[in-house]
Amino acid sequence: MIMEPLIRIDGVSKRFDGQPIPAIDGLSTCFSAGRINGLVGPDGAGKTTLIRLMAGLLAPSSGSIRIAGLDPVTQAGELRRIVAYMPQRFGLYEDLTVLENLTLYADIREVVGIERKRRFEQLLSFTDLARFTDRLAGKLSGGMKQKLGLACALVSVPKLLLLDEPSVGVDPISRRELWRMASELVDDGIAVVWSTAYLDEAERCETVLLLNEGKSLHDGPPQELTAELAGRSLLVGGLGHQRRAVLDHALAQPSIIDGIVQGDSLRLVLAPNCKAPTASELQAPPHATIIATEPRFEDAFVARLGSRHHLTSPYASRPQLASSDDVTVRAEGLTKRFGSFTAAKDISFAIKGGEIFGLLGPNGAGKSTSFKMLCGLLKPSAGKASVGGFDLGRAASQARAHIGYMAQKFSLYADLSVRQNLDFFGGIYGLGKRTKDVSERMIEAFALAPYLDHNAGALPLGFKQRLALACATLHDPAVLFLDEPTSGVDPLTRREFWGHINAMVGRGVTVVVTTHFMDEAEYCDRIGLIYRGRMITEGSPDALKAGAANPEHPSPTLEDAFIALVEREDQREAAS
Amino acid sequence: MRLRPLFALIRKESLQILRDPSSLLIAVVLPLILLFLFGYGVSFDLRDSPVCVVVEQSSQPAESLAASFQASPFFKAHREATTAHCKDQLVSGSINGMVVIPADFAARLNGGDPAPVQILVDGSDPNTAGLMQNYLSGTVLVWQTIIADMQGLSSQGRIAVTSRVWYNPAKQSRLFLLPGLVAVIMTLIGTMLTSLVVSREWERGTMEAMMATPLSVPQLLLGKLIPYYLLGMAAMAATTVIAIWLFGVPLRGSIWALAVVTSIFLLTTLGQGLLISTLAKNQFVATQAALFSAFLPAFLLSGLVYEIASMPPPIQWFTRIVSARYYVPSLQTLFLADDEPGVLIPHCLSMLAIAAVMFAIVIRKTPRRLDD
Repeated sequence: MIMEPLIRIDGVSKRFDGQPIPAIDGLSTCFSAGRINGLVGPDGAGKTTLIRLMAGLLAPSSGSIRIAGLDPVTQAGELRRIVAYMPQRFGLYEDLTVLENLTLYADIREVVGIERKRRFEQLLSFTDLARFTDRLAGKLSGGMKQKLGLACALVSVPKLLLLDEPSVGVDPISRRELWRMASELVDDGIAVVWSTAYLDEAERCETVLLLNEGKSLHDGPPQELTAELAGRSLLVGGLGHQRRAVLDHALAQPSIIDGIVQGDSLRLVLAPNCKAPTASELQAPPHATIIATEPRFEDAFVARLGSRHHLTSPYASRPQLASSDDVTVRAEGLTKRFGSFTAAKDISFAIKGGEIFGLLGPNGAGKSTSFKMLCGLLKPSAGKASVGGFDLGRAASQARAHIGYMAQKFSLYADLSVRQNLDFFGGIYGLGKRTKDVSERMIEAFALAPYLDHNAGALPLGFKQRLALACATLHDPAVLFLDEPTSGVDPLTRREFWGHINAMVGRGVTVVVTTHFMDEAEYCDRIGLIYRGRMITEGSPDALKAGAANPEHPSPTLEDAFIALVEREDQREAAS
Repeated sequence: MRLRPLFALIRKESLQILRDPSSLLIAVVLPLILLFLFGYGVSFDLRDSPVCVVVEQSSQPAESLAASFQASPFFKAHREATTAHCKDQLVSGSINGMVVIPADFAARLNGGDPAPVQILVDGSDPNTAGLMQNYLSGTVLVWQTIIADMQGLSSQGRIAVTSRVWYNPAKQSRLFLLPGLVAVIMTLIGTMLTSLVVSREWERGTMEAMMATPLSVPQLLLGKLIPYYLLGMAAMAATTVIAIWLFGVPLRGSIWALAVVTSIFLLTTLGQGLLISTLAKNQFVATQAALFSAFLPAFLLSGLVYEIASMPPPIQWFTRIVSARYYVPSLQTLFLADDEPGVLIPHCLSMLAIAAVMFAIVIRKTPRRLDD
């Protein structure tokens, strides 16, 4: 079926004052009604700018945009009646309840009387928020906020729905529900433009616009891009604990342009016209299996954007830690109660040196609470946590000397320059004269040199994360705590990040990480799945996947497994 | 203009004011603290000021003069026989001034020497020093007049001055400070709170969401103006009631005139609040800007605390663009005198001119898009 495109973008450029390169650079494309139009690209590619241009919130420097024949700048009033826009931060009033937020948007869009009643009923059941109408928006979990943001944008039925990274910081279950909702809207003939950093979402879109530096790199069905990679994606299995070392060797080879850990296997992408390497070339054990696999959109994305030059991580050259194989982090019956609410209940596990342990769970399940108790930021109501043999309850400061911590939110000094931040953290970790030496190596490894005199707050997101990791590891901690380290960061930066983490783990550092990205979870040696304050299962990514397999889904993804395990717990709860 | 979206915005804003502790802090708690601080604490009156009266030699007139210092409500006087001890007290600041009645006081007085009394005041605080000097010498003059009358010396050849203080006969500073304080409270709500809530909407991203809806710029602006105008009027009413009932400030003018003048002043402060928030899109900068451009001028440059006429000419000139400078004297007139059109109308016209300029800039500068 050929559809007349709802949105026509013709030679559009957008420059911002003081920026050397345009955010959008001579872009021409179309978006059609009745489908989800994916919008992907690395950080700073111009995704948000393009969405704001379509919402009439920015005026193009040149070129024209027409949405259902309307000019977003000169006909903004009419345009806003047919366009619904959900900004990255949802646009909710946190001091108002769910119903008050909805009512506000309905009044603004003048949806009244019986029509409003019907629409509210629809939206509340659609978003499953009917039980929470009296709850303040600020007290909702991330996933619920996002659904409410969507409901507010949809109080009157639009022709075009613009979603700017709606799934950042949201658990896989909420992400799937959001996708289901968008698909239903599309069935009603609405055009959806969905910008995302999740490439599995992009793969499911009918059409994808891949932006880089404001220009289109690909515009069409994602399969077209993926097809270019036919025969170039490999799965290397049977590696066990050697997978990180093998990945390192693989990435050093010119024939391999991308590689990630997937449970006990590696996923590698070959450069064009290259032959698959043999096990011995990868320095893999002889029993390792190397088989071709179906390429994914993410493989194509990285291949098209060109993975960054593979640098040896500065962490690899640090001396091996002595104590690997001993338990370095131990949780014994950790419990946290806030009033009558139990946020975490009887959580126990032990993590060995040189292991990556992932804490996963839906928003609000208690994983952040558990995480904070482990690194000594929150005092447990019962149970105890120890790091490097020190009890966090009794010898917190000794324990902390062994800990590196990278917070979920940007927590460096935004008004200090990159150099000043490094010096400051070197100072508080007591590095003394070594600070200069250590920070020089960090600056080189993270390519921070061009930004040394920039204020940390003004850095692009990916560089903020790099600086945060550099600061958290200046003192060479034996245990590293990472709270959603790559939330909102593009896949290229995420790979680089994990390159460093793998290098650290290789020399015996213990890593505890929380994440909503399943490909990040694949790097973990073991995963603890936390739901409703309890650890419902623990095991390697492959074990979790195997546990969720059934005749219908013989080889589930980690995300499938995550959802199946949570649902299974719901059923168990309902039965008892 | 469509009214339903506007009412929705007003309702939203009202709910936020009621639920957000920082709004209540600025709109209710801070005004109350200021009111009680100025009502009970700050005073420019002289009351029980510690002084020392040195009577070097007792005599009937010396005792009589000393007694009139000790009986005065303005001083807390204690007697000494020599100056030595008193000088130390003056240096240490435990007394504000001293009166020395010399040993030959009676003789000099009878000899026709006019008032051979020495008055010393602590000049480290010029305001207090001036007051002390006037009150101390005033007390001597009054005593002299009374003595002259008693002795039957005719007041022939002397001019008898009968002074009367109008509007505030007891010269209580609270009676002019409290009405003036309404100006400061209106500034807190109109400028500080308004710029804070608008910049918060920018910070939290709700402004972006609002701009993507069919709301027009006038609707968005009125949606902020009306609730904070109403809040300002409520605060003015509450302050007035407290000033009248608790502190005994009279309201000699009419409530209607007070409401009209206050409304005009609120327009200037709200305009300034909106102007700040269109320029500063974060709460910290907005608060600082409101503090320096509105709150402090309302205190220092409005004539509330410092007399404008005694400021250096450039600063006097500058006060002309501080709207509180017109509101404070209007309030003092309304509370202590009457609806005096000769005072109120020029002040109101000046404030309207300032408000017009503010709003002209606000309407021009309010962004219709994020890149405006």
